[in-house]
Amino acid sequence: MHEILIISGKGGTGKTSLTAAFAHLSHDAVLCDLDVDAPDLHLILQPSDTEKIPFVSGFEARIRSADCTQCGLCHEMCRFEAIRDTDDGFSVDPVRCEGCGVCVHFCPEKAIDFTPRECGWWRIARTRFGTMVHAQLHPGEENSGKLVALLRTQAKALAKENGAKLILSDGPPGIGCPVISAVSGADLAVMITEPTPSGFHDLERVVELADHFRVPTAVIINKTDLNKSVSGSIQAYCADKGLPVLAEIPFDTDFVHAMVQGQAITEFTDSAASRAVREVWERVLQQAAAFDAA
Amino acid sequence: MKIAIASGKGGTGKTMVTASLTVSWGAPVVAVDLDVEEPNLHLFLKPELSGRQEAFMEVPLVDEQKCDYCRQCAEFCQFKAISVLPNVVMVFPEMCHGCGGCMALCPREAIATTTRTLGEIAWGRSADNAFIMGRLRVGEAMSPPLIRKVQACLSRTDLFDPAADVLMDAPPGVSCPAVNAVIDSDFILLVTEPTPFGVFDLRLAQEAFRPLHKPMGVVINRAGLGNGAVYDLCREVDLPILAEIPYDRDIAAVYADGRVVALSDPRWQDLFRTLARSIQAAVMNSREARHA
Repeated sequence: MHEILIISGKGGTGKTSLTAAFAHLSHDAVLCDLDVDAPDLHLILQPSDTEKIPFVSGFEARIRSADCTQCGLCHEMCRFEAIRDTDDGFSVDPVRCEGCGVCVHFCPEKAIDFTPRECGWWRIARTRFGTMVHAQLHPGEENSGKLVALLRTQAKALAKENGAKLILSDGPPGIGCPVISAVSGADLAVMITEPTPSGFHDLERVVELADHFRVPTAVIINKTDLNKSVSGSIQAYCADKGLPVLAEIPFDTDFVHAMVQGQAITEFTDSAASRAVREVWERVLQQAAAFDAA
Repeated sequence: MKIAIASGKGGTGKTMVTASLTVSWGAPVVAVDLDVEEPNLHLFLKPELSGRQEAFMEVPLVDEQKCDYCRQCAEFCQFKAISVLPNVVMVFPEMCHGCGGCMALCPREAIATTTRTLGEIAWGRSADNAFIMGRLRVGEAMSPPLIRKVQACLSRTDLFDPAADVLMDAPPGVSCPAVNAVIDSDFILLVTEPTPFGVFDLRLAQEAFRPLHKPMGVVINRAGLGNGAVYDLCREVDLPILAEIPYDRDIAAVYADGRVVALSDPRWQDLFRTLARSIQAAVMNSREARHA
């Protein structure tokens, strides 16, 4: 079984559009959206409306004002400025609360409740391209790394159950907690970049992250004709690092037109960009097999 | 006033808008890059950096001479950053959130502090504007502590004019890093694009930020691409559209070239000057409304 993760560092380079096309071109893959914070893959894959399972992680502190003697110890001890000191007494700001439990433990009156926190939901659904595991963190919530880990565990169990040879995952942007949770232990990280200073800079950081976790990496340069000179610099950087560049895909507004129709670009059109995506998918599979053999 | 430039979806043009607003504000500002996982603002403002410092977080250091393996710290820690076996204590500093609970509760005062490097903070100037950024260490999972440290630096009067307005480029998404970046602002500018992904993530962003009770406005980037759903959403949730930046290959090319869009063409300069005035007016209005 291979777990292929599509990531980018920078947002908006085309991760989800390419993942959707790869999902269309794959056979019997388990599909996974690991961008649990701002997930978009479902907008193309249109999963069936199965039951959402609550994602409960961590705790939330809440002061029972009737039992609070206004001693202020919680306010003093909280390192996250999560205890509000107002005219109506002390209260917990749920946005700032990290659920560490310091206030709960040290409150001399035991006047602070500590209740499990529902941070989002996840589910397994059917799509026209195969089974999909996806989730949604409630807006403003934390613990995205744990939700990513849960989705990966579910995807692996499903793949095992269905005899699927491939898990294809759309990753989150950045290099922080959810990305670390998504990338560690993946079989191949396919990095989508674009020839802009930000795209290149962010690629370097996410390559360093994949190196850190010893995850094999390949690169796709999307919107390559936007700046030929930066594309050339990315090619040179990848050659220097020994990273295979699987393809350069031209800038094409058909990616957006397909998205508006709720389709993968490979379903929507046979344009040059669409053909380039078909070719690159074959190379992604070859690359995964090559790393496997090595 | 402090303005946070945020989005739900990445790649909608936050950094392009922040850089362009910086040069169009009408007065010197402090430009802040809070997208510490993938900071990009410096690539466009090209600041001359004058200082940098490493940013640390306090994490526990257990003195096993004093420890009697009572396990209270391990049982307390919500983040599984300390594990106590019969005759050994293991600390996992990368799991620690820095709450200080273990140190405070240890009955034998066996826990002191050491530090974990979060990343670095660098500052300098870009033309008339001050500049500061955070850069998360690769491999560090938690960006909110570094975001908070960069924000804390803004109160250093030796580096920044306290009277200057502040423009903050926030990280993408709507979870804890993004919320930490916008929580101390006076106004949240949401940059989106009129595509299904842009619209879906804009809805999430306004749901995440609405409970903060701050004035918000929208910039629609790449207007003309996609469809009209973003306009329907803005009407539905009562978000004012302050500017529309047309879909234009030249703008994409200017950005790809590492240049500031507002400085590339008088049309875009006018657009961003107007946007700056709209934001300034919206902040003034909300202050008056609060005092009334």
